[in-house]
Amino acid sequence: MSNELDYLSRRVALGKLSRRDFLGRAAALGVTTVFANSLLTSAALAEGPVKGGTLKAGMQGGASTDSLDPATWQSQVPYKFGRQWGEQLVEIQPDGTLQPKLAEEWGSSDDAKVWTFKIRKGVQFHDGKDMTPDDVVATMERHSDANSKSGALGVMGGIASVKKDGDTVVFTLKEANADLPFLMDDYHLMIQPNGGKDKPTAGIGTGPYKVVTDEPGVRHIGTKFANYWNGDKRGHAEQIEIIVINDATARTSALQSGQVHMINRVEPKIVDLVKRVPGVTIQNVAGKGHYVFIAHCNTAPFDNVDLRLALKYAMNREDMVQKILRGYGSVGNDFPINKAYPLFSDDIEQRAYDPDKAAFHFKKSGHDGPVLLRTSDVAFPGAVDAAQLYQQSAAKAGITIEVKREPGDGYWSEVWNKQPFSESYWGGRPTQDQMYSTAYLSTADWNDTRFFNEKFDKLLITARGELDEAKRKAMYRNMSVIVRDEGGVIVPMFNDFIDATSAKVGGWVADGNQEMSGGYALSRCWLNA
Amino acid sequence: MSTPVLKLVAQRIAMGILLLLAVSVLIFAGTQILPGDVAQSILGQSATPQALENLRRDMGLNDPAYIRYLHWLGGILTGDLGTALSSGQDIASSLKGRLWNTLFLAFWAAIVSIPLAIGLGLLAVRYRNGFVDKLISGLGLASTSLPEFFTGYLLIYFVAVRLQWFPSVSTVYEGMSLGERLSAIALPVTVLTLVVLAHMMRMTRAAILNVMQSAYVETAELKGLSPLQIITRHAFPNAIAPIVNVVMLNLAFLVVGVVVVEVIFVYPGMGQYLVDHVAKRDVPVVQACGLIFAAVYVSLNIIADIVAIVSNPRLRHPK
Repeated sequence: MSNELDYLSRRVALGKLSRRDFLGRAAALGVTTVFANSLLTSAALAEGPVKGGTLKAGMQGGASTDSLDPATWQSQVPYKFGRQWGEQLVEIQPDGTLQPKLAEEWGSSDDAKVWTFKIRKGVQFHDGKDMTPDDVVATMERHSDANSKSGALGVMGGIASVKKDGDTVVFTLKEANADLPFLMDDYHLMIQPNGGKDKPTAGIGTGPYKVVTDEPGVRHIGTKFANYWNGDKRGHAEQIEIIVINDATARTSALQSGQVHMINRVEPKIVDLVKRVPGVTIQNVAGKGHYVFIAHCNTAPFDNVDLRLALKYAMNREDMVQKILRGYGSVGNDFPINKAYPLFSDDIEQRAYDPDKAAFHFKKSGHDGPVLLRTSDVAFPGAVDAAQLYQQSAAKAGITIEVKREPGDGYWSEVWNKQPFSESYWGGRPTQDQMYSTAYLSTADWNDTRFFNEKFDKLLITARGELDEAKRKAMYRNMSVIVRDEGGVIVPMFNDFIDATSAKVGGWVADGNQEMSGGYALSRCWLNA
Repeated sequence: MSTPVLKLVAQRIAMGILLLLAVSVLIFAGTQILPGDVAQSILGQSATPQALENLRRDMGLNDPAYIRYLHWLGGILTGDLGTALSSGQDIASSLKGRLWNTLFLAFWAAIVSIPLAIGLGLLAVRYRNGFVDKLISGLGLASTSLPEFFTGYLLIYFVAVRLQWFPSVSTVYEGMSLGERLSAIALPVTVLTLVVLAHMMRMTRAAILNVMQSAYVETAELKGLSPLQIITRHAFPNAIAPIVNVVMLNLAFLVVGVVVVEVIFVYPGMGQYLVDHVAKRDVPVVQACGLIFAAVYVSLNIIADIVAIVSNPRLRHPK
């Protein structure tokens, strides 16, 4: 069978190509309708959970410095492994809604200041103990302790107290927050026996797989947990394995030679080559992650709103998506939110490349001379190329961009959030509130554009306590427009997550919350018989 | 063994220890100049100033440098390499497995490459300036000139992906049988062999050719010995010192210089371990790895020196 046909039939099975189109394309390839139909049947029959086997993923983003302690997680591998062996109170679905996980249901007081989570019963930890509300309280305590090094410290900052009340756990907040349940999906906040206080690196949770081998930077293995509470839905393979393969070429060849069944981070520049490999499917999904050019609104010359507008109009977004992302992404609109977020307003006018307007605002700003942009390989994949593209599109507007390439080592500590104009990326947050609170609120630690806008801050705080969704949506729209027109951030593009699976993998769900099917690929998918 | 030899050997060893001490100062100083600090690197972009401050205090990053150096040196002398800042694990125990893997890979690469290089070198001398000599030299030079990542990717594509003879991912772990391990490291061993082969082979050839000019080789020829006999019995033993030198240099490379090969083949060795920890500014681990690498380098060179001394008849049989 030709690779082309094989590829097409898998597209049909995934629902990305209609049956009619498939038969048309097959005919064009000189295949009879009967044979083409039989191909379709075999591709479609493969769907339906199959139990057993060892499902292997080759992943970028692991190092020998990784640990099983959820508080320390930051890179892809420990976090994605964590999603298999541990669980949070809630889970964000591919459509952005919340589903119960270790909490069965939740609700808040009218002012959104007190939240009550009913904790699921009959859930067992891997060490055989039952999970109780006390464990939930202890977990929250561990991650909110002021001496804690937890990556969730920022998320937990707004919580005044967490207390057990019978079967429920009650969160009392310092300020109203209608999004609190979303925060509970944070991957650091997985529930552990006594909060993991006794031995943070024990790796014991309630997930479908229990940790059997943990060799940081090499491989991580989990076997099916016999007493898992949600076994129908998750945990199909008998064993899962993550092999750390940080080199992109090695990762692709491991998939090609069948040593792994799925890989993450297929680079946009090789996607078209990988797509042609027999049996391999590219799994790309639009996410919340985006690449940014950040200017400090309080530092000359960027403290001038006209100069910022000039820089925004000088950005050719379509060109960036085509050349840097090879089409695997979408254009940004100079605020950090896109349609992947709940309560997104799609009627905000799209800013387009306009050299004339850029030149006009540049002249109006009164600035003279080149603008220094700092970049590095680590800012985002293709960051240096993007800086050069920008240099060219800005030159057409008469703006000289001077590109300075900084070493990757120390970029995050010496350049990002320190220098007035640089490139960076954001992985996105579950909700608009979280994204704005993390990087655009005046008092945020990572206000990396030095954006101080009272009106914006006030809207953000009000929206946080507003339980009426229509009103919140309107507020978020206003905030987006403020950031777009006055902020220091240029958002040229939102990048897709691009993973790839072999023909043996079934049950992949397109989930834009994170790469690898929202991080759940290993427990959602199965090995086709 | 006679006294002058012993004395020379003792001198070499003492020099080595002194050198290591000097290296330890350099390593310590070097790691202090790296940009960024450990706390920032561990928490990365998702660090809050509060968490950063807590971490810095916990790690004692506020002590002066010379105190941290003395602490560190004292620890090493008592066999305690400290704990990794990033994962909180004992360095000595996590390093042991990695070092073992590196030595395992280097050992097999050496087992294949050294006899092959010397054998080919001898052959080249035997048929010098002929077709065989030129073929061996040409192929050797070509394989050395190609960067190792290129030969690595070529092998992966043809041997692992197309023919599927050996795996492209060389992950080794406890519980693997020797056969499985050897199959896993087949490709990296091949690449490493190709990288070090030509250097050793050409050095062997040059050293032996040098000796072939001497009067006693002419005598041997006149005695009527066959060319191969002349090379193996008269020329080779007298050319051992320079050959051992270059062999040791390549052995050292096999231990300390294989990061690229480790990354391409996903081999859990020391190089990758070191790079991970440099990226995280995990200074104790970087220092420990640096010192181990230096020790390997220095001791292999001492061995080369000692072999040169011992193989020198003038030193073995003083007047």
